Amino acid sequence: MAKKPSAKKPAKKTKSKAPAKKKLVAKPDEMLKYYRDMLLIRRFEEKAGQLYGMGLIAGFCHLYIGQEAVVTGCKAAMKDGDQMITGYRDHGHMLALDMTAKGVMAELTGREGGYSRGKGGSMHMFSTEKKFYGGHGIVGAQVPIGAGLGFANKYLENGAVSLAFFGDGASNQGQVYEAFNMAKLWDLPVVFVIENNQYAMGTSVKRASAETELYKRGSSFEIEGMEVDGMNVLAVRDAAQKAIKHARDGKGPMILEMKTYRYRGHSMSDPAKYRSRDEVTKTRAERDPIDWARARILDEGWADEDELKKIDKEIKGIVAEAAEFAQESPEPDPSELWTDVLLPVDAA
Amino acid sequence: MAIDIKMPALSPTMEEGTLSKWLVKEGDTVSSGDILAEIETDKATMEVESIDEGTVGKIIVAEGSEGVKVGAVILQLLEDGESADDLGAPASAPESEAPKGEDQPGTTGESHPKDDSTDEPAPMPKTKPANDPDIPTNIKMVETTVRDALRDAMAEEMRRDETVFVMGEEVAEYQGAYKVTRELLQEFGAKRVVDTPITEYGFAGIGVGAAFGGLKPIVEFMTFNFAMQAIDHIINSAAKTLYMSGGQMRCPIVFRGPNGAASRVGAQHSHDYAAWYANVPGLKVIAPYDAADAKGLLKAAIRDPNPVVFLEHELLYGETFDVPDMDDFLIPIGKSKVRSEGSDVTLVGFARMVGRCLEAAEILAGEGIDAEVIDLRTIRPLDSDTVIESVKKTNRIVCTEEGWGQSGIGAEIAARVVDEAFDYLDAPPARVFQADVPLPYAANLEALSLPGTEDVVKAAKKVCYKD
Repeated sequence: MAKKPSAKKPAKKTKSKAPAKKKLVAKPDEMLKYYRDMLLIRRFEEKAGQLYGMGLIAGFCHLYIGQEAVVTGCKAAMKDGDQMITGYRDHGHMLALDMTAKGVMAELTGREGGYSRGKGGSMHMFSTEKKFYGGHGIVGAQVPIGAGLGFANKYLENGAVSLAFFGDGASNQGQVYEAFNMAKLWDLPVVFVIENNQYAMGTSVKRASAETELYKRGSSFEIEGMEVDGMNVLAVRDAAQKAIKHARDGKGPMILEMKTYRYRGHSMSDPAKYRSRDEVTKTRAERDPIDWARARILDEGWADEDELKKIDKEIKGIVAEAAEFAQESPEPDPSELWTDVLLPVDAA
Repeated sequence: MAIDIKMPALSPTMEEGTLSKWLVKEGDTVSSGDILAEIETDKATMEVESIDEGTVGKIIVAEGSEGVKVGAVILQLLEDGESADDLGAPASAPESEAPKGEDQPGTTGESHPKDDSTDEPAPMPKTKPANDPDIPTNIKMVETTVRDALRDAMAEEMRRDETVFVMGEEVAEYQGAYKVTRELLQEFGAKRVVDTPITEYGFAGIGVGAAFGGLKPIVEFMTFNFAMQAIDHIINSAAKTLYMSGGQMRCPIVFRGPNGAASRVGAQHSHDYAAWYANVPGLKVIAPYDAADAKGLLKAAIRDPNPVVFLEHELLYGETFDVPDMDDFLIPIGKSKVRSEGSDVTLVGFARMVGRCLEAAEILAGEGIDAEVIDLRTIRPLDSDTVIESVKKTNRIVCTEEGWGQSGIGAEIAARVVDEAFDYLDAPPARVFQADVPLPYAANLEALSLPGTEDVVKAAKKVCYKD
C-alpha cells in the first residue's frame, strides 16, 4: 500500500532544537579560561582594526568580534592532535589554538615575524605544530580539505578529529555538499561547524538560502545537525563535545550550526548598510558572549571585579606587545620572494 | 535474408576486441534485449544485446576469438519463417549498419575514421629508451603498454610507501575507466584504492586535505576535462599553500588522468590543459610520451613532495614500448630528452606530438633535412636549456603541441629561444598547434583541427626555407 504523503517522516536524524534549557555547567577555572580566551580575541581584533585604520594592515581584514564564543567553546572540546581549518575570518581560531598573538599580528602587518613570514596575510596563516590548517581565502574550500584531514586521520588511525569551520555564506557552495556526501559515505572523523553570523558579506541568510535552518543542510546525507547558541561558550562547548565524540567513535560527521553575530563589517571596507545600527546595538547589549561569561563568573562568585580586571590588564599587555612586535618586525627579506614555491625533491 | 549481427565498438577508439563468451547457441530463440555475448578489449568488458527477434542461425565467430575487427559479422539471426537455407554468406565486415545502430562510415573496415591527421594508421613510432642517460645500458627491456606502465608505477610506489593511495571515479571495483588502475583494488584493498562519487571538486579537495594530513594521494580524473571542476583546489589549495604558509604546509599529491584530444568525442572531452597548469608556480607538470617515461616519471611524481599534475594521453594508453626491467626505475622530473639527433632543425613536442615529430623527422630525412627531436617530458619546470643548446646547433626550431596556440607551450618556448638564443636563429621560431576553435566532432573537421605529421613537416621546411 502506498504511503500517504502526509506520513512522510521529518528529516531523519536531524534534531530540531537544542535540548530544553538546563543549566550549563562549568568549573570556575574553566570559565575563567574561556573568559580570558574570548577577551584575547576581542582585544586582538580591536587592535587589528585600529592598525588597519592606521594603514599598518592592508588588504582584506575580516574581524571575528562577536563570534568569540564559537571558536573558544570548540577549542575547549578538542583534544591534543585534533585539527582546525577555517575560511578567511581566521584570527580567532589561531588565537584559540594558542598560536601567538605576536605571530598572527605580524602576519597581518606583512612582516618577517608573521606565521607565514609575511607571505600569506590575514587570510593565509597556518601552524602545523598547533594543528591549524588555515586560513583559506576561497569561500567553502576548507570544507572538503577539512574532510580530507579527517580522511587522513581515519587512514592513519591516529584517533584525531578535524573541525572544519565555515560561514552561512559558504554553506551555499556546491563543494560543501560534495564534502558532506563523502564525509558521511566514508564516516570520516570531521565536524562541520557553520558559523552563522547571519550575513554573507551584505546578504542576509534569508535572502540567500532556501532553507535558513542550516543545521538541517546535512539531512539528505544522513548527517545529524544541531542548532547551537553560538553566543554562549558553554552551549558551544557541550555541542562540540558531543559532535567530536560522535566523529571519534567512527560514526562520521555532525553539523553544528552556531547562531552567532558579527559586530563589525564583513571586512574593514564594509559600510554595513544592509543592517540597522539598532540591530547591532541590541545584539551587543543582549547577547554578547564576553559579557555573559563575565556576569556568570561574578554571579557564581568565581572571581571578583579585581580579579577580572587583572585578566583584562594581562590581555591588554599581550595585545600591546603583539602590536609593537608587528610594527617592529622587519619586512621579509627580498630573497623571500623566491622561497617556498617548491620543496626540494629530497625534502625530508 | 538473415540478419547479420556485428562486432560492436565499445569506445570511439576501439578497433578490435575479444569475443569472450557466447550466451546463446544455434537454434535458440532470442528477443530484443536478450544478451547474446560478452566481448572485451584491454579497457572494458561489455555484453552484446540483440536488437532483433529471431532464431540463432549460425555463430560465425567462435567463443574465445581474439582480434575480432569491429564491424565483422559474429552471428546470423533468422527471422520468423526463415530456415538455415536462408543464411547465405555473411556480409563482409565493413558494409551496412553495425549492431546497436552505431553510425559507422563503413568503407574502410575501420569502425571509425582515423583520428590522425595523416592517412597512415601506423602505430606510434617506437623509441629507444636504451639511449636514455637515465637508463643503465645492458638492461633487459620488457614490452609494456603505457597503460600498464602507469599501473606498475602506482603499484610499485604503493608497495613502497603505505601512505600512497589512489582515489577517483571508477578506480577500484570497475578497475579504472581506462583500466589504468587495473588490479590495484585486489592487491591493496578498498582502503587504498578508493572509489569516489562523481564529484571532482569535492574529492580533489579531500585529496588536498589528505595530503596536508600526511598522506600521499594519487587523484585520478577520468579526464582532465572534468578536472575543470576541481581546478580551484589544484591551483588555489594545492599549488599556493606552501608559499602562503611560509614553507610550513606540504601538499605531496599527484593529479593524473588522460588529457588532450581523444577521438571523436567533441570539444568538451578533447582539450589539452598543459598550458593552463604550466602557468602556475607551485605545480610540477608532466606529460610523457612513451611507456618508460610514463612509468619512471609517475614514480618520481608520487615521491615528489610537491603537487604534480600528470597529463596522460588516452590515445597512447594502448601503445606498446620498451620499459627497462628494473626494480626501481625513476626518471627525474624537469629533464627533457633528445629523442633523435639532428643538425638542421629542432622539433620540440610533448606527449603524442613526440610521435608526430619523430614521423616528421623521418619524412624530412628523405628530403635531406636532418631534424633533431626533443621530447619535453616535463612541462614545468621546463627544461629550456636542452632546447636552447639544440637551437644553438640547428639554428631553427619548430614548437609543437596538441593544444591551442595562444599563450601555449610553443609560445613560451619560442619566447625563451628568442630571449636566450636570438643571435643563433636563422629563421623565426615556428609553431604547430590545434586550430583556434573548439574541437569539432565531424571526422573531417576533427582531422583538420588537430596538428599532424604533415603540419610539422611543413613548418620544418618553412624554417629551413625549403617550402
